[in-house]
Amino acid sequence: MRCRKCGGAASVEIRRHHTAFCNEHFTEFFDRQVERAIEGERMFTRDDRVLVVVSGGKDSLALWDVLRRLGYQATGLHINLGIGEYSQESQRKAEAYAAGQGAELLIADIPGEFGMNVEEFARATGRVSCSACGLSKRYLFNRVALDLGFPVVATGHNLDDEAAVLLGNLLHWQTEYLARQAPVLSGGEPHLVKKVKPFYRTAERETAAYAVIRGIDYIVEECPNSVGAKSLLYKEALNLLEQAAPGTKQSLYWGFLEHAQRFRAVDDPALRACVHCGQPTTSEVCAFCRMTERAAERMRIRKGSPEASAPLAGAGRQGQTR
Amino acid sequence: MRVVIRHQKREVEVAGRRRVRDLLAELGVNPETVLVIRGTQLLTHDVQVGEDDTIELRPVVSGGEA
Repeated sequence: MRCRKCGGAASVEIRRHHTAFCNEHFTEFFDRQVERAIEGERMFTRDDRVLVVVSGGKDSLALWDVLRRLGYQATGLHINLGIGEYSQESQRKAEAYAAGQGAELLIADIPGEFGMNVEEFARATGRVSCSACGLSKRYLFNRVALDLGFPVVATGHNLDDEAAVLLGNLLHWQTEYLARQAPVLSGGEPHLVKKVKPFYRTAERETAAYAVIRGIDYIVEECPNSVGAKSLLYKEALNLLEQAAPGTKQSLYWGFLEHAQRFRAVDDPALRACVHCGQPTTSEVCAFCRMTERAAERMRIRKGSPEASAPLAGAGRQGQTR
Repeated sequence: MRVVIRHQKREVEVAGRRRVRDLLAELGVNPETVLVIRGTQLLTHDVQVGEDDTIELRPVVSGGEA
């Protein structure tokens, strides 16, 4: 297979575009897709400070890398979830990239700040691990961005992630979620930072290829808690379809974006500040504070001491991010 | 050749030359879900791999919610 641009040996085939590229021209293609996403959706400009949520996996490290290469002001934020060796290794990957590139990396440490990890949050509230984890990450990156004055947070969600979420929302006709699924979720409300997904145009296989070509050392192993996650089932189904009909994922998600306004009629409930932490919420106490309070209560009961755990919600707001 | 299947944490020995796409089909791996790497080089599915090669199948699918 030959590179469409230079005719040299190709390294990456992109079946949905009936094309293939060598390393150099794949990177060029990849950059262009990311730029089109950022500019086309008015995500941010080179004058904005962007907080990139960096897990240590391929997507987030690739995102941080490409934004820096393209001249954006991208600071990394790693959130340590406290999932044993997996979290330690993830943090090491993020730190190694930052050190190698001379890039600024902030760390938010959930066990360090809250005295327990996301698995304990999940157990205490009956949530599945991925749900407790997602809630924690969204809470923390919004809080860190607000505290440190970042106008926008970027995550490494790619086309496959978005297509899988969309499939799940469609299968259950979650219209309120459909109304909120977009490459840009503009802050607008007080205390809610704009969130963007610059990889919504690039497939998961392409972000992985970019990471390999760039020599990025990312954590390949999957989170142990993701075994059996619905998102993986949806991705498996979509990849079967993609194999038989290249372009299915793109057609599903990009097509949805063209029709997304059909779901915009759903009224978003008004947001207000959580009485404990000040973060945006639709109820008196935000979901994250409710979760951490319940987890703290569970820990107190287990230890048989009312003083066994320090008050958690909103505690240490400023202190645990470095 | 030695094939390192990262997501299944196993290695298999495969005899004879064949194209990457045929190798993946024999192993029952959907080409959409992996990168095929020889050394540091990504391989397209038409490339012939041979007896002396070590091939890594690296998963590209991540799960969970964020």
